Amino acid sequence: MLEVFTWLADWLVYGLAGLDPASKLGSSLHFFVEDTTKIFALLVVMIYVIALARASLDLERVRHYIQRKNRLAGYGLGAGFGAITPFCSCSSIPLFLGFTSAGIPLGITMAFLFTSPIINEVAVIMLWSLLGWEFTLVYIVIGMAVGIGGGMVLDAFQGERWLKDFAAKAYQRATESPPSDAPAPEVPSLTLKDRHAFARDELKEIVGRIWKWVIIGVGLGASLHGFVPDGWFADNLGSGQWWNVPAAVFAGLPLYSNATGVIPVMESLIIKGLPVGTTLAFCMSTVAASFPEFIMLKQVMQWRLLTLIFVILLINFMIVGWLINLLSPWLFSGF
Amino acid sequence: MKTIEVLGTGCKKCTTTAEQMEAVARELGIEVDVKKVTDPTAIMEYQVMSTPAVAIDGKLVHSGSVPDRGKIETLLKA
Repeated sequence: MLEVFTWLADWLVYGLAGLDPASKLGSSLHFFVEDTTKIFALLVVMIYVIALARASLDLERVRHYIQRKNRLAGYGLGAGFGAITPFCSCSSIPLFLGFTSAGIPLGITMAFLFTSPIINEVAVIMLWSLLGWEFTLVYIVIGMAVGIGGGMVLDAFQGERWLKDFAAKAYQRATESPPSDAPAPEVPSLTLKDRHAFARDELKEIVGRIWKWVIIGVGLGASLHGFVPDGWFADNLGSGQWWNVPAAVFAGLPLYSNATGVIPVMESLIIKGLPVGTTLAFCMSTVAASFPEFIMLKQVMQWRLLTLIFVILLINFMIVGWLINLLSPWLFSGF
Repeated sequence: MKTIEVLGTGCKKCTTTAEQMEAVARELGIEVDVKKVTDPTAIMEYQVMSTPAVAIDGKLVHSGSVPDRGKIETLLKA
């Protein structure tokens, strides 16, 4: 079904504009037209459909649910809900405090916040269409693992010691008082019309927020695609020395993008022969370790905690990179 | 005179919400005092988890999005 977009790009770039498929410009432009049209078409359809389904999911109920699970299940749920719950990074502070003041352990809250930027429906749709389902599956597993692992390590360090005072007190109050047996917040009963209104707003909101990222990401991916010779990375970076992965993580740090912008770049990097694990390490570092986010968290955390979180994330990304590079001959026969 | 607090940690959507509350109130001829609350402690007191949120005279009435015009009118007239 998705071949339509290849045909469209063939027709526009090679037919109408008369560019040579073998030329750098032709191949870049073809990549750009094919990917942008495909991505936008998929986004519009899928965001709407998914929003219809999750219209009744809200943070209050997510919190209520997580609160009542044991700790081990909590990490998984935290990361899982982080992946499926729509939430804008400007809400991370209220969310953090909402969870903390309900007595949810720091590690579980952070599992939510770590996973949230890495996995969302937009990222999954794009990965699926550009890199196939095997890759998408591996990406989801890794995103969850980074969140769950990060959260557990944070709790092992008793990170809550280094919350800002007011947050630490709120957490303490909640853990000392007996668990409330308040009933779960009501499931709002939504008519199809309500769901449609919600989905329409979500669609407008999300596309309005990410369209620039898609264009920039695909633009970068397209330039890489057309202007970097095949196998360039393998020739110049070797084929996966151990230090490539940390180098990729540090290269990704100052860059800040959301998953939407980074995925087309990922596609190009992999096609050009950068090992899959190294590529993933670079992308996670770009997406999940962002300075704006850290500055926001400073409002509720002391520097020590922030630094700890930062270091845990970096180490996680490196482990992911090494592990996937090691396993990729078995994981992806296609690449 | 209604005191309206727009809760949020300072993102664009919160500013939009505050502006729209003010604009609609002016059109309806309702006297309001719109304040933007960005202090995390205050937001926590209201137990809000998704911003922007709106409280009128100390009571939380909306959270999680920029309210549309119809909703703002209902809130202000209530």
